[in-house]
Amino acid sequence: MYIAIVFLPLIGAIVAGLFGRSVGAKNAEYITCGFMGVSAVLSWIAFISMGFGGGEGFHVEVMRWMTSGDLQVNWQLRIDTLTTVMLVVVTTVSTLVHVYSIGYMHDDPHKQRFFSYLSLFSFAMLMLVTSNNLLQMFFGWEGVGLASYLLIGFWYKRPSACAAAMKAFIVNRVGDFGFALGIFAVFVLFGSISFDTIFANAPDFLNGGNGEPVINLFGLELSRQGALTGTCLLLFMGAMGKSAQFLLHTWLPDAMEGPTPVSALIHAATMVTAGVFLVARMSPLFEQAPVALEFITIVGSFTAFFAATIGLVQTDIKRVIAYSTCSQLGYMFAAMGVGAYGAGIFHLFTHAFFKALLFLCAGSVIHAVHDEQDMRRMGGLRKHIPKTYWTMVIGTLALTGFGIPFTLIGTAGFISKDAIIEASLMADTPLAGFAFWMLVIAAILTSFYSWRLIFMTFHGKPRASADVMHHVHESPNVMLVPLYVLSIGALFAGMIFKGFFFGHHYEEFWKGSLFTLPANHLVETYENIPEWASLMPFLAMAIGFVVAWYFYIRSPETPRRTAEQFWGLHRFLLNKWYIDELYDFLFVRPVKRLGTFLWKQGDGATIDHYGPDGVAARVQDITGRVVKLQSGYLYHYAFAMLIGVAALVTWMMFGSAIQ
Amino acid sequence: MTADILSTSLQLSMPEIILAVGALALLMVGVFTSSESNTLVTGLAVAVLIMSGLWLVVIGGLGPAYGGAFLADPFARYMKVLVLLGSIMAMIMTVGHAKNEQIDKFEFPVLLVIATLGMMLMISANSLISLYLGLELQSLALYVVAAINRESVRSTEAGLKYFVLGALSSGMLLYGASLVYGFSGHVEFPQIAHAIGGEQRSLGLVFGLVFVLAGIAFKISAVPFHMWTPDVYEGAPTPVTAFFAAAPKVAAMAMLVRIVSEAFQPIASDWQQIVVFISIASMVLGAFAAIGQTNIKRLMAYSSISHMGYALVGLSAGTEAGVRGVVLYMLIYMVMTLGTFACILAMRRREEGNVERIEDLAGLASTRPLMAVVLTILMFSLAGVPPLAGFFGKYFVFMAAIQANLYVLAVIGVLASVVGAYYYLRIVKIMWFDEPAGEFVPTAGELRFVFGLSGLFTLGYVLIGGPIGTAAATAAKTFF
Repeated sequence: MYIAIVFLPLIGAIVAGLFGRSVGAKNAEYITCGFMGVSAVLSWIAFISMGFGGGEGFHVEVMRWMTSGDLQVNWQLRIDTLTTVMLVVVTTVSTLVHVYSIGYMHDDPHKQRFFSYLSLFSFAMLMLVTSNNLLQMFFGWEGVGLASYLLIGFWYKRPSACAAAMKAFIVNRVGDFGFALGIFAVFVLFGSISFDTIFANAPDFLNGGNGEPVINLFGLELSRQGALTGTCLLLFMGAMGKSAQFLLHTWLPDAMEGPTPVSALIHAATMVTAGVFLVARMSPLFEQAPVALEFITIVGSFTAFFAATIGLVQTDIKRVIAYSTCSQLGYMFAAMGVGAYGAGIFHLFTHAFFKALLFLCAGSVIHAVHDEQDMRRMGGLRKHIPKTYWTMVIGTLALTGFGIPFTLIGTAGFISKDAIIEASLMADTPLAGFAFWMLVIAAILTSFYSWRLIFMTFHGKPRASADVMHHVHESPNVMLVPLYVLSIGALFAGMIFKGFFFGHHYEEFWKGSLFTLPANHLVETYENIPEWASLMPFLAMAIGFVVAWYFYIRSPETPRRTAEQFWGLHRFLLNKWYIDELYDFLFVRPVKRLGTFLWKQGDGATIDHYGPDGVAARVQDITGRVVKLQSGYLYHYAFAMLIGVAALVTWMMFGSAIQ
Repeated sequence: MTADILSTSLQLSMPEIILAVGALALLMVGVFTSSESNTLVTGLAVAVLIMSGLWLVVIGGLGPAYGGAFLADPFARYMKVLVLLGSIMAMIMTVGHAKNEQIDKFEFPVLLVIATLGMMLMISANSLISLYLGLELQSLALYVVAAINRESVRSTEAGLKYFVLGALSSGMLLYGASLVYGFSGHVEFPQIAHAIGGEQRSLGLVFGLVFVLAGIAFKISAVPFHMWTPDVYEGAPTPVTAFFAAAPKVAAMAMLVRIVSEAFQPIASDWQQIVVFISIASMVLGAFAAIGQTNIKRLMAYSSISHMGYALVGLSAGTEAGVRGVVLYMLIYMVMTLGTFACILAMRRREEGNVERIEDLAGLASTRPLMAVVLTILMFSLAGVPPLAGFFGKYFVFMAAIQANLYVLAVIGVLASVVGAYYYLRIVKIMWFDEPAGEFVPTAGELRFVFGLSGLFTLGYVLIGGPIGTAAATAAKTFF
């Protein structure tokens, strides 16, 4: 069953990709969707039997991979609760996106290619979440990176799409570099990259070895604690790249150049959460490296705040949601950082539903207004596309965390996000206060930009041209049904699963697949939060909503005036904190200059000039001279023969004289 | 000489006798049949060659004949088979073209048979005198053949140049032979070796060696005795050139191998220096000069100069592996050359007749795809691209050189073959990537047969290399 879950999408990808022409576009769609659907149903069965049944985690052997010295790597599927949670998220969202794409990509001439990439992505992602060793995980990690690259650049005729695809790939490469180093470091420390060995040895790791250094790096001797912290930081660097955390986040907004279903699947629900998954999976290591956890807390909570500020002023509907994704990923990392792994994964789980929902709704809106993405040219769409409107409102309620305080009744985001915010305050770490306030402020901003999006898009007067407004139409059912399904998830996933992911059934649900130190009682203690703090998330949501309502419904002049009043800040946010410009100045331009120098001076003027070109020119010269020797005159030829004989005779004469 | 010895001698030289008698008989046939007898005589000539070959392979024995002047050994047999094959193939190729090239005279096949006879004698020659006789028999026939198209100025010029320079080289050879005889007192190879083996070698003997080698180097067109090659290749009718490029080279190379390995074995370090020199000069000059050519026959002339250089690399090693490399190299070279000339003969347009410029091959891939594929395989093979036959030829000679510690020679050889790859690949590029220059007339069946066979051999050498290598090893073992 587990092998089927992982490999059915691969079969779909191969059929649609290599035989797409012979099976035809329609069949390629049905085959990939069908395989994905089967995979999703099996995943739910696996999830329920694993999370709510009595079974322990186990492995599924696929085949041997390689053996080199101490390094033994096999293809193995690791099946435990964490895996099945991810399986459910990936296959469910992927299936819905596959179905949705049938409608969204209806007019595209390269449908087979698109569906093949989607299925390939799903396969790689499943490989990532089921891996039982770091190398197999790296395989999936790079596989999703490749699929992401291919899908961002799907419309390869657009220069901007190609540039965005390259940017995503290159920025991820920075993170992957760290990840790869992290894997090497793990191998050095534990002598294995298999999770079984690592997790078995991790709890006693710090106690062994009499305090002598285990890694010597350029004379810098690292103790076991230091080495473990370094390893964790390297692994986290990989996670930062994949999950678009602050400093490595720049590729995610640009990735919106890809088709919208891709954004929903890869850049909201699944691939970008791989970093969170990595930290959760490696929790036995991270739990023992408090410094690394503090760093994660800082990066996570700051990203949550930072991305939300940029989201405030963006006008492209997809970019707003992209920054929102970035920000929500920050929440998840903050939860990881304070030791609330369950809460982080819980948010990952619920976020997949409502963020995919928001993206698909945005796709539906874009579809309706003829590929317009600028919210300034929308407005008043509520009447024309009511079904999209209501599903998107549900998504927004879930994202902003709408619910009834002090109860467990509310949308998915209300439950999971509040759990993170509360856990961050109650965590036993010096950074608890910082994380808490960062996340609360981010919650205000989230609420503001989310409602701003709704108001600008659906309310007010239409700002699109009459021609466009005339053609606005609701999407077909094949696109709407996935929205309904996701809406259900966005509304109820939080209430249903709260107790299992981060609550009273924590132990029997996770069965040890998330590791916490004995001293970490966050699951129980976070409930003892002061009442004022418990109210904060709700207040934040309410404040954001009211301000957005005032700005965009009540008095539509205010945004412009505010922007003029604080023009410096506005420009700062509009230009995304000038991070791209900074990178351009620091890295891109020097590298380009170096590249140009090496190309023109190094390659062109030196290697080519003295190498191939120079040799070729000399060959031509010699040829010219040699050809001239052949004069055609008989006496020249005879002369040459005699010279030859004379030379040989002379040579032999002197040669023998020397001897 | 008793009757017993005579009958043994006759039996050992029966392939040659078949050729000699056959040539005379063909002459009669030609004279007494009608004027259009060329095709008939060509067919009979091929039959005579095949008969001779069959006798050689099936019945032929081993041993010395005629008091040691003639020697039938495994090496001679191998080389003779090559020569006969080369002559047969070249003759088959002329059938359809004799008329176009105005060489449709019955003397032409007869002369080729006589030249082949000369080559067989050269291969078996075991004394200076029989060597010279064989060489002259071959050369005289070839001088006439080169000029056989009396109407054409180019053909007669080629014949004349070849004759004058050939006479000069024969003179050198003869002069060298007399010096060798004078300083050793013998004409038979084993006796020469025996005579010069014991004592300090004299300068006169070395002079003789240089002159003998110069005379033979002329025949294999090694630098600096190569100057006739491009002019004769270009000027002679193409079927004649095809013949020139194949069998005589094999025979002359066999003669060279035999004389240095047998007669001059005691002064190996002397002849090795000479062979190394002409080997390097041939490889390098052949590679560079071919780049400048626009006529494909001239290009093939330089190509053959270069290939003789590679073959000499093996010889200069002076070891059994080296001789084996040379023997293999000559086989592979001959097959590739014949195939290439079959393609060149197929370069014929309806209005212009035969064309010879390299540009005329432009776009061959679209007009005659099969021929383009074969010619591409042959070019890659000539350039020495694995896994084609040409690669193995080069591989064995270079390996032999390296085993004999001739690193510099091997490195220069490899570099020269890099330069050489340029002009072979240029032909491939012209065939596949240039705009078609115009279509050739449909290829004649016999040409398709020859280049098809050649292409298959070149391509399939990897598979059949084992038995061929064994045969070559047997041939090489003769001298060691």
